[in-house]
Amino acid sequence: MILDGKCPKGPIETSWDRHRFETKLVNPANKRKYKVLVVGTGLAGGAAAATLGELGYQVEAFCYQDSARRAHSIAAQGGINAAKNYPNDGDSIYRLFYDTIKGGDFRAREADVWRLAQVSNNIIDQCVAQGVPFARDYAGYLDNRSFGGAQVSRTFYARGQTGQQLLLGAYSALSRQVKAGTVKLYVRREMLDLVVVDGVARGITCRNLCTGEIESYWGDAVVLATGGYVNVFYLSTNAMGCSVTATWKAAKKGAFFANPCYTQIHPTCIPQTGEHQSKLTLMSESLRNDGRCWVPKKKEDCDKFPNDIAEEDRDYYLERKYPSFGNLAPRDIASRAAKEQCDDDRGVGPGKRGVYLDFSTAINRVGEDTIAERYGNLFEMYEKITDENGYKRPMRIYPAPHYSMGGLWVDYNCMSNVPGLFVLGEANFSVHGANRLGASALMQGLADGYFVIPYTIAGYLATVKPGAIKADHAEFKKSAEDVKAEINKMLSINGKKTPAQLHRELGKIMWNNVGMARSRESLNEALKVIPQIREEFWNNVKITGSGEEFNQQLENAGRLADFLEFGELLAKDALVREESCGGHFRTEHQYEDGEAKRDDENFCYVAAWEFKGAGKEPELHKEPLKFDNVHLAVRSYK
Amino acid sequence: MKLKLHVWRQKGPNAPGKMETYDADHVSPDQSFLEMLDEVNEVLVKEGKDPIAFDHDCREGICGMCSQVINGVPHGGQDRTTVCQLHMRSFKDGDEIFIEPWKARAFPVIKDLAVDRGAYDRIIQAGGYTSCHTGGVSDGNAILIGKDAADYAMDAAECIGCGACAASCPNSSAMLFTSAKVAQLAVLPQGAVEAKRRVNAMLEEAQACGFGNCTNHYECQAACPKGINVKFIAKLNREYIKALLP
Repeated sequence: MILDGKCPKGPIETSWDRHRFETKLVNPANKRKYKVLVVGTGLAGGAAAATLGELGYQVEAFCYQDSARRAHSIAAQGGINAAKNYPNDGDSIYRLFYDTIKGGDFRAREADVWRLAQVSNNIIDQCVAQGVPFARDYAGYLDNRSFGGAQVSRTFYARGQTGQQLLLGAYSALSRQVKAGTVKLYVRREMLDLVVVDGVARGITCRNLCTGEIESYWGDAVVLATGGYVNVFYLSTNAMGCSVTATWKAAKKGAFFANPCYTQIHPTCIPQTGEHQSKLTLMSESLRNDGRCWVPKKKEDCDKFPNDIAEEDRDYYLERKYPSFGNLAPRDIASRAAKEQCDDDRGVGPGKRGVYLDFSTAINRVGEDTIAERYGNLFEMYEKITDENGYKRPMRIYPAPHYSMGGLWVDYNCMSNVPGLFVLGEANFSVHGANRLGASALMQGLADGYFVIPYTIAGYLATVKPGAIKADHAEFKKSAEDVKAEINKMLSINGKKTPAQLHRELGKIMWNNVGMARSRESLNEALKVIPQIREEFWNNVKITGSGEEFNQQLENAGRLADFLEFGELLAKDALVREESCGGHFRTEHQYEDGEAKRDDENFCYVAAWEFKGAGKEPELHKEPLKFDNVHLAVRSYK
Repeated sequence: MKLKLHVWRQKGPNAPGKMETYDADHVSPDQSFLEMLDEVNEVLVKEGKDPIAFDHDCREGICGMCSQVINGVPHGGQDRTTVCQLHMRSFKDGDEIFIEPWKARAFPVIKDLAVDRGAYDRIIQAGGYTSCHTGGVSDGNAILIGKDAADYAMDAAECIGCGACAASCPNSSAMLFTSAKVAQLAVLPQGAVEAKRRVNAMLEEAQACGFGNCTNHYECQAACPKGINVKFIAKLNREYIKALLP
C-alpha cells in the first residue's frame, strides 16, 4: 500500500496556517462531551493533556511512574531549539526547517518539519509564561547556546536541566487542570493493550501497578505519547521503565510502525564499566561547545595519563575530519567517528571503548568558573559516576543508544492509520528523519502537545459521536481477558533465567549486530538469534510472585516480551533499507572516506510495517518522500 | 567486597513490616547502589523468593523516583546525591547497611521500599503554577528578568520532588518542597501576580496531606540531593506574611 501523509498542498510557508483554518472545529459547548485518553505524561503527553483539558475536553492521563513529573523527558539536559534569532546570527524558520531536514538526512516529511520550525517560537514564549527559569543575560534577555548540526545559536536552556524545567512547566499546567477537574490523572498504570472496535481506537487496557488489577478505559480518541524504544539495546540512556510496550501493543492492533531502524546513538555518554551495569548515563551534547574530542595518535599512548600526552601526539579527530563543524558535528557522525577511533585500537579507559573530551583549552580561555557555570552539574555527575575530576583531566566518553527517530506511523494530523489513535513526541516517527539534531526532541514533544494536537484532534472528533462506545463493550472485556491470559502465561513458566538476564542477552545481540554499524551478515545473524531468545523467554523465564500485587519482575518481563518481538522488526527494517542514512549505517553502503551513502533513487520513502501476527512476516507499506523546498544533497559537515 | 544488608520488607500498605537480612557477596566499587540491589534481587528471584521492591527510573539523579533511607539518612548521606547516583565505592568491605523506605505519615508504604508520594502532587495541584493558557502569551523577551532573579528561580526549581526533605524532617514537614515552588514563582514576574493565593493554597494543602510544620531543624537541606537551600523557607514565610496583609 502507498501511504498518504495528507500534507497540505501549496506553498509550505502558509501550509500550517491554511491547514488550521481548514480543519473542523468542535464547538466549545460540545468539547466537554468528548473524552480523550492521553498515555504518557512527558513533554508531549503532559503538554497535550494540559492543553486539551484547558480547551474543555474531558481528559484522562496515564503514566507508569508514581507522578506525572517523572517521565524521562526530565533527563534532557542541553536545551530546546527555536528560530527566534535573538542573537541576530542569521536564524529563521526556514533555516531551522532546513537544518532539521538536512540533519535528518532527508528522510523526514517537509510539511511536518516546517510546522515544527514555525511553532518553535511559541514554545519558548509559553514556557516563559509558565515560569520556566531559562538562562538570561545580565540585561534580562534570554540567552542562547550552540548545538550540534547548526551554525547558529538557537538553543534555549536552563543550566544543564532544560528537560526537567520544561517538563515541570508542562506538569504544572497539567496539575492546574487536575485541580480544575478537566484532567483525571492515573499514575502507576501501564497500558497493556489498545482497544479497537470496528477498526477505530476506542480505549485502552491498563494494569494498575500497585494492585495488579486489569482496568479498562474508554475514550473518543486515544493519544499515545509513550516515548522511545532504545531500551531494546538493554543498556541505553533511557530510564529503566522506558519501553516499546504501548506502541507495540498498538502496532499489534493494526497501527503501522515506521522506520524502526532509525535509532540514535548519542556520542557523549559515560563509558560502561562492567557487566553489572544497568544503564548508561548521557552528558549533554552542549559539552561539545567547549570540549574537544581526541584520542592518542599512537596506540602505545592509550594507557598513559592523558595530561602527559603531548599536544602533537593527540588526534583531534572531529576537527581534523570536519573542519567547519568540528566538535559540533551531528550526533550520528560524531558517534561513528568515536567508534572508528576505538576500532583502530586508539580507544582509552577500561576496555578501550572510550575517547577523551577535553576542556583544558576552554578553561584556559574563559576560566574554570565560567565552565562550571555552564556545565557544573554535568562535571559533578561525571565525577560521581567515574570518580574523576573533569576539570583536572579530560573526561572519557563513548556513544550509547539514546533516542529513536522511528515510531508509529502518523499522518500530518499526528493520527496513525487507525482512526482515533494519535501519536505524539518520540513515540511517532514524524520529524527527525533518520537522525535527530540536539535540542530538537524537547521542541518536538512540546510542539506536538501544546500546538499541534489541540487543533488536529478537533478535526477528527468533529466527525465522531461522543461516547458512542464505552467500556462495557465486548471488545474491552476481550482485551482485558487477553491481557490477563498473557500475564498468567508468563507467570506459569517458572523457568531458570530472570528477565534481566534475557534482556541483557537481547541487548548484546542488538548492540553488536544492529547498533552503530550494520551489515547484511550481522543483521541476518540477529534475525536468527532474536527468535531464539524469544523462544527461550517463553520457555525459561522465571518471575516470582503473582499478578495481583506490586510486581516489578512481572513489569520487566512484560516489557521484555515486547522488545523480543519488536527487536526482530527493527533488524528486519535495517536489512531491507539497503542504504546508509543518518543513524542507520550499513557498512556495505559508504563512500571511500567512510561517510554514509544514501540511495535516494530507491529508498527515499518512509517504511511503515504492518504486523501480521506473531512469527509471521510483517508487510511493508511505503510513503514516498517528496522534497519541494530543499534540494536533496549529500549531507556534508566538512 | 561483601556486605550485609538489613532491608525493610512489607508485603503491602496494611501488612506489618520487619527488617530482613541479606548478603551481597560480589559487590563492585563501580556499581551504583541500585545495581547492587539489582544483583541481590537476581539471586532472590533465582531462589524463588520475593525480590525487594524499590522505586527507581532514570538512574541519573533527576527523575526523583528513587527513595530509600540508607543507614538512617534519606539517599544515604553523600552530599547532593540521590540513591541511584550513590556508588558502592563509598562503602567498604564488611559494612552492614540498613535500608528503609521514606518515613512520613503522608507517604504510606506501598510495598517494601516503595511509598506513595501523591501528597506532593496534591500540593502542586493546589497552586504550584502560573495560570496561563496555552497560546496567547507574550514574547519571551517582552518581560525582562534580571539574571539574579532567573538564577534564584532556577536554584529553587532544581527540586526533583523526591520527598527526602519530608522524610528527613522530625516533623515530617514538606516545607522545603513547598517553599521551592513558592519561591521560584514569587520571584518571577510571571508568577508574582498569583503569589498570595498560591502560598496560602499550597500551605493549606500540605497541612491537609498530613505534613507537619517547620521548626528550623534544617535536616531537609542536608538530605536534599539537589542542595535546595532553606533560605527558600524564609522566602515562603515572607510570602505568607505578605499574603496576610490586605
